[in-house]
Amino acid sequence: MAVTIKDVEHVAMLARLEFDEAKKQQLVKDLNAMLAYIDKLNEIDTTSVEPLVQVGGAPGALRDDEARPSPPQDDMMQNAPERSGPLFKVPKVIGER
Amino acid sequence: MTAPSGFEAVIGLEVHAQLRTASKAFCGCSTRFGDEPNTNVCPVCLGLPGALPVLNRGVVESAVRMGLAVGSSIAPTSIFARKNYFYPDLPKGYQISQYDEPICRGGTVEIDLDGGARRQVRLTRIHMEEDAGKSIHDAGDGTLVDVNRSGVPLIEIVSEPDVRSPREAALYVQKIRQIVTYLGICDGNMEEGSLRCDANVSVRPAGTAALGTKTEVKNMNSFRNVERAIEFELNRQIALLRSGGTVLQETLLWDAESNTAHPMRSKEEADDYRYFPEPDLVPVTAAEAWVAQLRSELPEHPTLRRDRFEKTYGLPRYDADVLTAERGTADYFESVVRELGALGADSAKAASNWVMTDVLRVVGERRIDIAEFSVPPSSLAGMIRLIGNGTISGKIAKEVFSAMLETGERPERIIDERGLLQLSDETAIGKVVDDVIARNPGPLATYRSGNAQLLGFFVGEVMKQTKGKANPQVVNALLKQRLT
Repeated sequence: MAVTIKDVEHVAMLARLEFDEAKKQQLVKDLNAMLAYIDKLNEIDTTSVEPLVQVGGAPGALRDDEARPSPPQDDMMQNAPERSGPLFKVPKVIGER
Repeated sequence: MTAPSGFEAVIGLEVHAQLRTASKAFCGCSTRFGDEPNTNVCPVCLGLPGALPVLNRGVVESAVRMGLAVGSSIAPTSIFARKNYFYPDLPKGYQISQYDEPICRGGTVEIDLDGGARRQVRLTRIHMEEDAGKSIHDAGDGTLVDVNRSGVPLIEIVSEPDVRSPREAALYVQKIRQIVTYLGICDGNMEEGSLRCDANVSVRPAGTAALGTKTEVKNMNSFRNVERAIEFELNRQIALLRSGGTVLQETLLWDAESNTAHPMRSKEEADDYRYFPEPDLVPVTAAEAWVAQLRSELPEHPTLRRDRFEKTYGLPRYDADVLTAERGTADYFESVVRELGALGADSAKAASNWVMTDVLRVVGERRIDIAEFSVPPSSLAGMIRLIGNGTISGKIAKEVFSAMLETGERPERIIDERGLLQLSDETAIGKVVDDVIARNPGPLATYRSGNAQLLGFFVGEVMKQTKGKANPQVVNALLKQRLT
């Protein structure tokens, strides 16, 4: 299953990213190289192997339901390019979810 | 069935219930509503690099309890998945949800149709997920974002397309609300968004099996709006099909102001969520022993409780419905009956009347939870006992009830302090009766000439003289005897 320029454009749109033509061609090449590696893995017969979702970590590790103080608001907002008082400010969103 | 004849409505519902945990689903930030924006926020909520989510046990517990209450099968292992989409109220770029391995599968919700029949709506699944933040659009040149709600836990309850009318849809959502509030896992407040409903709506020619094209209706924030929005959408689809058009698969937003649903501004491309297993979270295990323990601790199901109220207390269906609509009301009523002791079974109807009318009226007027109601069940039971043994009349009881409400005092004390004891002594009442008869020769003559309706006038006069304290039975008997 080869990646085409159309796939790159679709994924770029979903990720809200923009690329020029040269970069798109480069991405087609890179992504196909990655998928070639997956094809290599696909050569192994896994018919009797259970799907593995996760490696490591104690299964069922849960946290007790206790609220603890959150970090200071200014710390949490310091990476925001723009804010309006206590709110993050982003370019106007058109369309609803 | 409200759809015009010739068509059948096919409706499936997705209900999101916000869980009442103290902390968020994957971090320890508070879930408190109404705090200053972006103060209950941490690197996990913001999806900052390196932040790792850890699942809240309370979320799993709530989802399992809901599943048990509706007869779902609980998956021993379920997994979280990332639902990828870009929107500013979801800073991570994905919502942690469950996809092909949800925690609960199957189950049924029984609804009571208006005619008294019962219907089973099958459930597809119940899964856990996180809420998104809030974006504020009407703010000039930008969109403003509050991330406090991001990461607050939800369960999504997905039904099969078993619902056949707007009314059934509203009844279904009401039943879900009743169950989640009985379980105490969600406050059930639709107006504030802690319970949200989306509907998948399609129509098909009656008697056919193939499904028509469906639309999704969102933004229905009350039971009434659920009913109205689906009604609107069914009529729109039927009119479209009748005029030879086709239904487009799209999402519509209900606008309660204008009573219409309009399509959401269409996206350039269809949704493509690219679900994949969440690599940051281990699979969720629900050990059999733990599930069994949760099962044993479940409160009585509201429908079973309603049926039991009818049977055990001999109450009419209407009373049983009203009393069990909210768990707090049912608990209050049963406390009153328990306090009545041996008298309980006989006085259940009296207790029901007081709770349904007087107690619920005050609770409604004061917009309080019945748990905060100032008259304890023991006091109400005490008052009902005093009516039963003739100490006070039903009329005086209303006064005693108001006094209990104001002062919080026991009924015996109020009766004592205010001299409200019912007068049953025949000699004393007899004196008043004679006095009233003597002072009203006109009405007496009319009564004796055959106008029996004037008895009411005399009863009223005697009650006025005794400030409502005379035992009405004694007054009636004495008057009938002495007027003739």
